[in-house]
Amino acid sequence: MPHMTMIEALRDAMDVMLERDDKVVIFGEDVGYFGGVFRCTAGLQKKFGEERVFDTPINESAIVGLGIGMAAQGMKPCVEIQFADYVYPAYDQITQEAARIRHRSNEQFSCPIVIRMPTGGGIYGGQTHSQSPEALFTHVAGLKVVEPCTPHDAKGLLIAAMQDPDPVIFLEPKRLYNGPFNGDHAAPAQSWKAHPLGEVPEGHYAIPLGKARLHREGDAVTILTYGTMVFVAEAAVDRLGLDAEIIDLRSLLPLDLETIEASVRKTGRCVVIHEATRTSGLAGEIIACVQEACFYHLEAPIIRVTGWDAPYPHAQEWDYFPGQERICRALTSVMES
Amino acid sequence: MRSNSKLSFAHPPARPGEKPDFSAVDIPPAGVLAVPALDVTATDCIELANSLIRVLDDDGRPVGPWADYLGTPDAETLRTGLSDMMTSRVIDTRMLNAQRQGKMSFYIQQIGEEAIGCAFQQALRPGDMNFPTYRQQSLLIAGGYPLEKLLGQIYSNAYDPLLGRQLPTLHSAREHGFFTISGNLGTQYVHAVGWAMANALTGKENIAVGWIGDGSTASNDFHTGLLSASSYWPPVVLNVVNNQWAISTYTGVARGHGRTYAARALGYGLPALRVDGNDYLAVMAVTKWATERVRGGHGPVLIEWYTYRVGAHSSSDDPSAYRPKDEAKAWPLGDPIERLKQHLIARGDWSEQRHIQAEAQILAEVVEVQRRVEAAGTLLDPQPIPGASIFKGVYADTPEHIRRQRQEMGV
Repeated sequence: MPHMTMIEALRDAMDVMLERDDKVVIFGEDVGYFGGVFRCTAGLQKKFGEERVFDTPINESAIVGLGIGMAAQGMKPCVEIQFADYVYPAYDQITQEAARIRHRSNEQFSCPIVIRMPTGGGIYGGQTHSQSPEALFTHVAGLKVVEPCTPHDAKGLLIAAMQDPDPVIFLEPKRLYNGPFNGDHAAPAQSWKAHPLGEVPEGHYAIPLGKARLHREGDAVTILTYGTMVFVAEAAVDRLGLDAEIIDLRSLLPLDLETIEASVRKTGRCVVIHEATRTSGLAGEIIACVQEACFYHLEAPIIRVTGWDAPYPHAQEWDYFPGQERICRALTSVMES
Repeated sequence: MRSNSKLSFAHPPARPGEKPDFSAVDIPPAGVLAVPALDVTATDCIELANSLIRVLDDDGRPVGPWADYLGTPDAETLRTGLSDMMTSRVIDTRMLNAQRQGKMSFYIQQIGEEAIGCAFQQALRPGDMNFPTYRQQSLLIAGGYPLEKLLGQIYSNAYDPLLGRQLPTLHSAREHGFFTISGNLGTQYVHAVGWAMANALTGKENIAVGWIGDGSTASNDFHTGLLSASSYWPPVVLNVVNNQWAISTYTGVARGHGRTYAARALGYGLPALRVDGNDYLAVMAVTKWATERVRGGHGPVLIEWYTYRVGAHSSSDDPSAYRPKDEAKAWPLGDPIERLKQHLIARGDWSEQRHIQAEAQILAEVVEVQRRVEAAGTLLDPQPIPGASIFKGVYADTPEHIRRQRQEMGV
């Protein structure tokens, strides 16, 4: 099986879908001739022509708004927001239009659009290239929210998202584009080319939305996380030598409640980790779901490890980023309770 | 040191208690403006975007190049237009009364603006799609939409095709070329452009039609729509209904130091026309031209329909608090129903007596439908659609967390 980076896997997913379905169109800032600032769409315009893959003005409301109009008329747009931090001008279009068109029209119209965007930090991007805005979307009924953390999942989930009948926010942890990252920024960069999770099947395959992935099996504690933090959590678990179960949620809306609940019932302990800011973050929602369903199985309070409630900093990035140290402290605390 | 700048704040010509004053409204004579080539460019539209296309003169006679372009519509077409406008007005009057009686939560009238939607709809074909505002039931009425559904949506009862999910007048009727309306403003101008792009990309001959009010031209998405139409040149007609008032805000606030809304489009490289929206024949003529241009592959166009919002913004609004009570009567471009009626009478195709008969007939028809629809429930006699219905269609397939919430609701 070939190895791919996450960028190559995403590109391959779009390539496969452009080939399979002539209703698929791809557009966004710099995605056409140039192939995207992260190169996710490189070569696609040349291969499929500019009616299928094209550039847009710097106007996120146009990117999403045009996509909504096209989707309602039967096309399958897969659009790129250059950074998740730039999505806010399209927030009205996403939350009040894309998310509601099916419901408010009593299914006369629907909106099968995929909105891709690089998310998360760890790239010295400062406050406008590092944000993790997933909770702003998981709060909206009618949307689906996906965040893969491996090339294999990136391709299979993007294909599933592009086949889905409803709007999907597709978050791509940009720190993982070229290789896994364990939180140690001083260590040499790793590549997906040498990693088992960098193996990506050729051709078409879809990973169902709404299903979590068991990243590592264990009995002592359940770690619920997604995106870049999956690998940071794994490194912390290795450091402590814990028999932890790591669940890569990958579908943030809807959550895979059955998998989450089954794991916490088994382990009786739970830590939730994300890069996004803490207050009203997704961890709060996950913890509420867990305690509602698993309270009598819990042997310790659930702890969350998150980004701090401050704008994402530039020079202080590694003070902000929830690294191995903070995760180890949380795990130790949960295990000692 | 003192600043040399002083801020400007737009004010309407008259406030409550003052005499209505439209003396500053610049109205050229009917029939003076030329009909441009279908592939006209923005640079050749400066006069058309800044002046006002009129077909009916003050005596109700069609004059000038746009009248010639339109030709002489047959009497039945115009009588249908008159009937559509009268139906729209009867519905508006009766629905506002019903709202005042507490039978529904909310209503939005379109009195004074009927000609725009009623005449425009006549140029559309099956498969064309309007992206309307909330003040455009005229598009549905002229398009033959069943009145049971129209009123059912307003009463949110079993006749409502949208199961009570939307505020009254926020209709959706795909089969009648009417996109689902959102209460936030401007967003759907962009959808019209995207829909039109999809038509072009998939080889469909149909066109899309965007609608926005003068107040909402201030929204980001008005500019996004114009820019997108300019960038990709899809088959879309973009309309601005300039009815002078954005709730209580005078149109001059949104217009700023621009002269007209139509002229906004010229900067984006889009041809634009400005038209007397209370002149049914002018709406017919310009709509014919615009839809021919767009269907012919010559690209998008923007039309500003110049009109006046006679009623309140909505049933929740009281315009006597911000404009003279009799301002509508002073509107220099008259009433669209009265003007078409006089034109038909002048043609010998209508009479005062026939008009009175038609009014009675339309009223009887609306009253009959209203009785039937009200029997299925009003706010005074609620027969609500079951609450569990709100969970259907949030997604194509209901996910686990919503299934659990439905159980929690107890159904």
